[in-house]
Amino acid sequence: MTRFAPLKKSKSWEPLEYKYGFKVEEKSVYKSERGLTKEVVEKISQIKKEPEWMLQKRLEALKIFETKPMPTWGGDLSKIDFENIFYYLKPSQGTEKSWDDVPSEIRETYEKLGIPKAEKDYLGGVKAQYESEVVYGSLQKSLADKGVLFMGMDEALLKHEAVVKEYFGRVIPAGDNKFSALNSAVWSGGSFIYVPKGVKVDLPLQAYFRINAANMGQFERTMIIVDEGASVHYVEGCTAPIYSTDSLHAAVVEIFVKKGARCRYTTIQNWSTNVYNLVTKRAWVEEEAIMEWVDGNLGSKLTMKYPSVILAGRGARGEILSVAVAGEGQHQDAGAKCIHLAPNTSSRVISKSISFRGGRASYRGTVNIGPGAENGRSKVVCDALILDDKSRSDTYPTNKIFRSDAVVEHEATVSKIGEEQLFYLMARGFEEHEAEAMIVRGFIEPIVRELPMEYAVELNRLINLQMEGSVG
Amino acid sequence: MLKINNLKVSVEEKQILSGLDMEIKPGEVVALMGPNGSGKSTLANAIMGHPNFKINGSIKFENKEITGLTPDQRSNLGIYLATQNPVAIPGLSAQSLLWQIYKARNETKSSISEFKEWIVAQAAALGLNSELLTRGVNDGFSGGEKKKLETLQMLVFNPKLIIMDEIDSGLDVDALKVIAKTVAKVANERKIGVLVITHYWRILEYLNPDRVIVLEAGKVVREGDATLAHEIEKTGYGVTL
Repeated sequence: MTRFAPLKKSKSWEPLEYKYGFKVEEKSVYKSERGLTKEVVEKISQIKKEPEWMLQKRLEALKIFETKPMPTWGGDLSKIDFENIFYYLKPSQGTEKSWDDVPSEIRETYEKLGIPKAEKDYLGGVKAQYESEVVYGSLQKSLADKGVLFMGMDEALLKHEAVVKEYFGRVIPAGDNKFSALNSAVWSGGSFIYVPKGVKVDLPLQAYFRINAANMGQFERTMIIVDEGASVHYVEGCTAPIYSTDSLHAAVVEIFVKKGARCRYTTIQNWSTNVYNLVTKRAWVEEEAIMEWVDGNLGSKLTMKYPSVILAGRGARGEILSVAVAGEGQHQDAGAKCIHLAPNTSSRVISKSISFRGGRASYRGTVNIGPGAENGRSKVVCDALILDDKSRSDTYPTNKIFRSDAVVEHEATVSKIGEEQLFYLMARGFEEHEAEAMIVRGFIEPIVRELPMEYAVELNRLINLQMEGSVG
Repeated sequence: MLKINNLKVSVEEKQILSGLDMEIKPGEVVALMGPNGSGKSTLANAIMGHPNFKINGSIKFENKEITGLTPDQRSNLGIYLATQNPVAIPGLSAQSLLWQIYKARNETKSSISEFKEWIVAQAAALGLNSELLTRGVNDGFSGGEKKKLETLQMLVFNPKLIIMDEIDSGLDVDALKVIAKTVAKVANERKIGVLVITHYWRILEYLNPDRVIVLEAGKVVREGDATLAHEIEKTGYGVTL
């Protein structure tokens, strides 16, 4: 895409470096057959020694999954071969409290990903999910002493059955969409967090999701309950090896933010480009509570994900900040949903996308100001940056406004890197790819500054790599 | 240090410069004047390697032919262009751009915090609110603030040749004075060449040009000492027709 003469000698196309593409030998305690059947679902439930009601929920969800048609909107889902996927893989005996007890090849994977170090440096607690199960878990003693719960969903189902039963599927029922039905049928792993009234969790709690096996399906289920006046920041990261065949990640995340509470949920999704990432995330936000989604989508073949806030209490606030990067062979269909049900609720969406090398980035969003949402306010800003003529960006906003006193703003811009911007920086001595990277980094800066520092650095590193690859 | 021979520049088949010759020696300040559309900005951008131009002829910098070089390669030889209409780069903070230019152009062991302190002082001397340095480059800057940031970049860039494309346009008297004096000081101390493109005598008062060149329809039509600029200020370019 060099526009500045003389053209650099063109390099043959090389794949971008994906730092997390390594794989280790697959060892498992149990691995289901390929494909999805009633028997697979029953076996998962049996291995997990679940209560009967959960098995019944799973089987109902399976029926819904089988009868619901594939969505015809969003990205191309026609290549997903449900028969070829492994729905459950138990990699180790259980969740360990010490890295030393985690099987060595799994521990080494997380060491390469820098998790134990991050845990020491700046995290309040960690969950590491490998394939279908949480293999490692920790929580700082001071948080545990305050009554904070942070554990795998499976463990929570056994230890806090009543709570899980009360909230499971409450904001995302199995029938919400085909992939929430799939998740409800075969879910395994994921995080359970409960923050008691008034407790502020200062350090982020982090979960790290890793797929190692080929054709793997990962279906974690996360539930976060932030009680009145409490606050928590949860961070998740995801990576996988590069395979020539596809894997599937279909998670469900349900969040309940009680009166005056605050929850921030940060995702850096960096799956390899053979992963379908079809995730349903929704938060129920009560009076004067705040929910913030910070969503970075860098990897995957296709992502369809629209973090939502249901502003159910007076004065509830929701914010969704997202950045999507779509390179060759990638489609990021990401967005946001803001459902206003109560008076004086407000929402803000800032979405930034970058597409290059034939990648496609779409913003798909809904703002719904319901009849009861007196003085509802919403502002949506979507900015797209397209780096070359092969790449594509689309915006699909839907506004449903049932009140005349609502204030709803929508701004969308699509831009290319301006020749004058490039010239300006090159005239300051920066090579073309560096100038481009500087412009792109500037473009996403409003989102990056919201990320924990380690992730901000990582995101900028990726952008640099991709820019280097895109010139010549 | 800069030697231009028979330079022809066209944009989309339209010839803007038609056989221009010019030389700037180290430590020399040359004023380039001429009516709108005479090709002044085109010359500045052509020297820097703007991709929109088709170029014939020769531009040599320190005896090296530069017409085949990209803008960054030319820049790295020590040519600095202060542009007429600096573009905004949202999200790239001015401070960070200045630091990156500084690191690339100076052998330095100073830390980023030492640099920040220094750059804030330099900005203050130019009358630029240092809060602006934390904003995106030229993003929401006034005309005067943009020109001050161009000057600040020039300071950290440490150039051998400065090209100033109408840096005085849209500036109030005080801003003009402080920018011109800063450039004059740097030019004098470091013995660097300056090509100053302007319509007005006022900036030249501070810069004391060694020569004044008048461009008309893509060619040099007059050359003289500083008094020529005075004359033009009084009577306009008409005298050359």
